[in-house]
Amino acid sequence: MGLTKKDLKLITDPLADNNPITIQVLGICSALAITAELKASIVMSIAVLFVMGLGNLTISLLRNIIPSKIRIIVQLIVVATLVIIVDLILKAFAYELSKTLSVFVGLIITNCIIMGRFEAFALGNGPLRSFIDGVGNALGYAVILIIVGFFRELLGSGTLLGFKVLGDPIEKTGVYAYGYENNGFMLLAPMALITVGIIIWVQRSRNRALIEEN
Amino acid sequence: MAKNTESNLYTVLFATGMVIVVGALLAYLAASLKDKIAENKRIEKQQNILYAMGINDNEEGSVEFISKDIVEEVFSKNITKQLVFKGNDVIEDKDAYLIDIKKEETLAKKDSYQRRLPLFIGQKDGEELYIVPVRGKGLWDAIWGYVALTEDLIVYGVYFDHKGETPGLGSNIKERFFMDDFKGEHILDNGVFKGIDVAKGNADPKNLDKTDFEVDAIAGSTITGDGLAMMLKKDLKMYIPHLKKLKQ
Repeated sequence: MGLTKKDLKLITDPLADNNPITIQVLGICSALAITAELKASIVMSIAVLFVMGLGNLTISLLRNIIPSKIRIIVQLIVVATLVIIVDLILKAFAYELSKTLSVFVGLIITNCIIMGRFEAFALGNGPLRSFIDGVGNALGYAVILIIVGFFRELLGSGTLLGFKVLGDPIEKTGVYAYGYENNGFMLLAPMALITVGIIIWVQRSRNRALIEEN
Repeated sequence: MAKNTESNLYTVLFATGMVIVVGALLAYLAASLKDKIAENKRIEKQQNILYAMGINDNEEGSVEFISKDIVEEVFSKNITKQLVFKGNDVIEDKDAYLIDIKKEETLAKKDSYQRRLPLFIGQKDGEELYIVPVRGKGLWDAIWGYVALTEDLIVYGVYFDHKGETPGLGSNIKERFFMDDFKGEHILDNGVFKGIDVAKGNADPKNLDKTDFEVDAIAGSTITGDGLAMMLKKDLKMYIPHLKKLKQ
């Protein structure tokens, strides 16, 4: 069977010119909520990758039998069920991991990218293409989350994945010896919005075709 | 086939079928995994209690519980006594650590109910430690933990956990840098209970002053921190009279 060029574009497009966060401006809520730390961004990305791939697949398999009047409810149930199944299995077999993930469960269900892809793609395309599209969009989401998480943790706490890469702010070692201070404002949600805004600005100034006509 | 999917009857049947399938699937999974999950929770409680009294596999900067395989043995060796206070009664109960603090809290709202307060007495390096379970509210959901006190009622160690605090902000209450700040803090001011505040703009970021009744707050988690200070004040206070009596 193999993947055609068109299938491949389903993965590469969301990474750049059709990014779910910076172009479609979906999933902003969770991008703000959990990017104060790089680790949380990565965990959330993996969780969304999983749910979005399988969710798109399920919806695509059911696409011909879902009554259109209640399709949104069906989509919600598919996401919620998938998330709960994963959560239960982790709780039983990987308890520590499930503790780390538990706070993300609610955020995954409400992630509008997932619903957006179900609605826009999986309802009208075959299972394989839908699965690839889900993975692609989740990766696009992951890229932005990780960029934002990287800068917020680095500038806000002076750490990356918990390691003190800039020195110790209390002992005044590393860059702190020269009077550098952490910007605590980076840890608050407004700075996530501004960071996403800067990414959107950079992306659109590099590719003018993305700028909408008024 | 496609045209059928628009009829009302089909819609209702589909919805019903879906609910039955999903409901059955989830119920089956939940029921078959219930025992395993309960066992995991029980082990976690033992690990948490031991963590608070400084028995853990911590490496630099990390929070590591002692391994699941030996926790049962270590727990029964190091926790020498488990007591339950109920009014003026003191009962010894080997399974006191399984008491559901949340349930007790809810039941205690009724006047007729005498709240059960579990206390764990541990031995470490020849020292006797009192480990008190605490439970309160953070920003989004419940927070809880265990506070180990020395015989002079000075904090020996703590363990905190939360259900849904913001990742990277409030969730940091279960990180080393925050929990370690509590070690050695006093909770009594000349014999009067004061508790420990989670203070912003603390003039003592290295936490050298152990008698200021304050630890340094976490940036971006004011409400979680305040909730945690409230939890300590409210729950430790209930135990202080019992602990003083125990010492005599």
